[in-house]
Amino acid sequence: MSALTFRLKGEPDERIDCSSLVPDRLKSLGSSEIEKLPVGTTKRGLVAGDVFEISGDDAADIRFEGGSSRLDRIGERMSEGAIRVSGDAGFRVGRVMSGGDLQVEGSVGDLCGSGLEGGCIRVKGDCGAKLGGPDAGEMKGMSGGTIRVHGNAGERAGDRMRRGTILIDGDCGKDAASRMIAGTLIVGGHARGAPGRLMKRGTLLLMGGAERFTPTFVDAGVHDLLILKLMADGLRETFGDVPFDGSAMRKMSGDTAVLGLGEVYLPA
Amino acid sequence: MPVIELAATINGVRIDDDFAEAFPMCGTAIQITAINEKWALEAATKMTGFATSVIACGCEGGIERVLSPEETRDGRPGVRVLFFGFDPGGLESQVTTRLGQCILTCPTAACYADYEAETTIDLGSAIRYFADGFQVSKKFAGKHFWRMPVMEGEFLCEAKTGYTADGVGGGNLLIMARDVRGALAASEAAVEAMKAVPGVIMPFPGGIVRSGSKVGGKYKGMMASTNDAYCPTLRGATDSKLDDDIGSVLEIVIDGMTADAVSAAMAAGIKAITDLGPDQGACRIGAGNYGGGLGPHHFKLKDLLP
Repeated sequence: MSALTFRLKGEPDERIDCSSLVPDRLKSLGSSEIEKLPVGTTKRGLVAGDVFEISGDDAADIRFEGGSSRLDRIGERMSEGAIRVSGDAGFRVGRVMSGGDLQVEGSVGDLCGSGLEGGCIRVKGDCGAKLGGPDAGEMKGMSGGTIRVHGNAGERAGDRMRRGTILIDGDCGKDAASRMIAGTLIVGGHARGAPGRLMKRGTLLLMGGAERFTPTFVDAGVHDLLILKLMADGLRETFGDVPFDGSAMRKMSGDTAVLGLGEVYLPA
Repeated sequence: MPVIELAATINGVRIDDDFAEAFPMCGTAIQITAINEKWALEAATKMTGFATSVIACGCEGGIERVLSPEETRDGRPGVRVLFFGFDPGGLESQVTTRLGQCILTCPTAACYADYEAETTIDLGSAIRYFADGFQVSKKFAGKHFWRMPVMEGEFLCEAKTGYTADGVGGGNLLIMARDVRGALAASEAAVEAMKAVPGVIMPFPGGIVRSGSKVGGKYKGMMASTNDAYCPTLRGATDSKLDDDIGSVLEIVIDGMTADAVSAAMAAGIKAITDLGPDQGACRIGAGNYGGGLGPHHFKLKDLLP
């Protein structure tokens, strides 16, 4: 068996909905049925065969070759298997994904990993706003799984995050972990805005510091905690390298404007 | 005249044609680490105190071995501890009570699961409420931890650990010598050899029991009483199983995560005793059983000879 490959015929002239091109859905379909799956978002009614050259037959190993920022909803609701995108992808990549492995070689748009429940998403480039956050009207962001972004992240990464781990190597936009409920967000670079604004619980590691904190965060001193070492070791096993080593860090407690049981760690 | 049939004589040590009768138990393993080996052992010793017999202590527990920093989850010195109970509920109750009183309280100690299994019992999940709402749950890399703020700093404990229902309790050897010095020397040599076998503990003091028991007794309500057949001072007054040259008997009880582990430990013990010989150690090795009708595991000494 060879990887089921969707090779982009050319830059799409409309946004493409790839939510049906996931292992869960494709494993029971033949090639002719896959070609007829609707992927268009306009009244033209584009199907997969119009947009992609399709080859291979292993639905547990899906490849998108020739990425585009117009390829939306890749890996949405997938629960098993692997998807690899050799290029950019659009918004909602891996939204409400519950299992499996999703890798994007390029950059992705907003709401990547939104509502993530399980599995692992890796983005080699940058990502847009609300990484792992809730969609409009939703009360919770991601509730499990792991996201690794090698580049920078947009505004409000980890918004209303409930559980799971986000690891951003680069900088992050304004107000990361806003309204965080629990979980862990690690930023290797600088965090703009006021990270952790209105966070109730949860853990933030900001290795490049923060632009500012709201006055409702309080300094809790420098602490050498075993959990930081275990997290560094555990994430290193998954990702190979992480932007912290588990040594002592300064803790800020907050946001006391709400529950106040969140924790932000900064280099000591 | 031998009281029990002889299976073999090795290096002058007589080995009974008898068997140890053992029972199924639930077993679990945890890893205790601390800032140095002294404090890891302190925590482990406290936690495994008063855990010699499941009947009176609620569980049987002991230190399996000391772990180097390279072997532990957090890179600090540590100790692997095993516990055994009749059922998962009883095992969990004992382990979590001891965890709360002996590991949570011990300076710098942390506690991790050390047995992978589908079936689990609580560790940190059971004692997290001590943190009075300040406890923090952390899940990453497939593991779940509870962090509990304490006066020293933070107590870190894994949420659960696995257990096996295929554990075995009550493997044993009876070490018979001319005097107590010989019995003790042979028993100590056997315990040292058994410690090298993974997955077993010898839960009694120093791994050795001087007061082996039989089931029941003449007094109402006694679940166990002295094993008079092996008491040298009662020879002639009871149905003794001791030869004339036996002046002292000690027992080693072995609990293991598997029957194979118990078997390997008994074999290692027999070899150590026979290597020592009767002049410095024991002149006879036997095993305790209840006729074979109670425990499903029968470890025949003749199958374990070196």
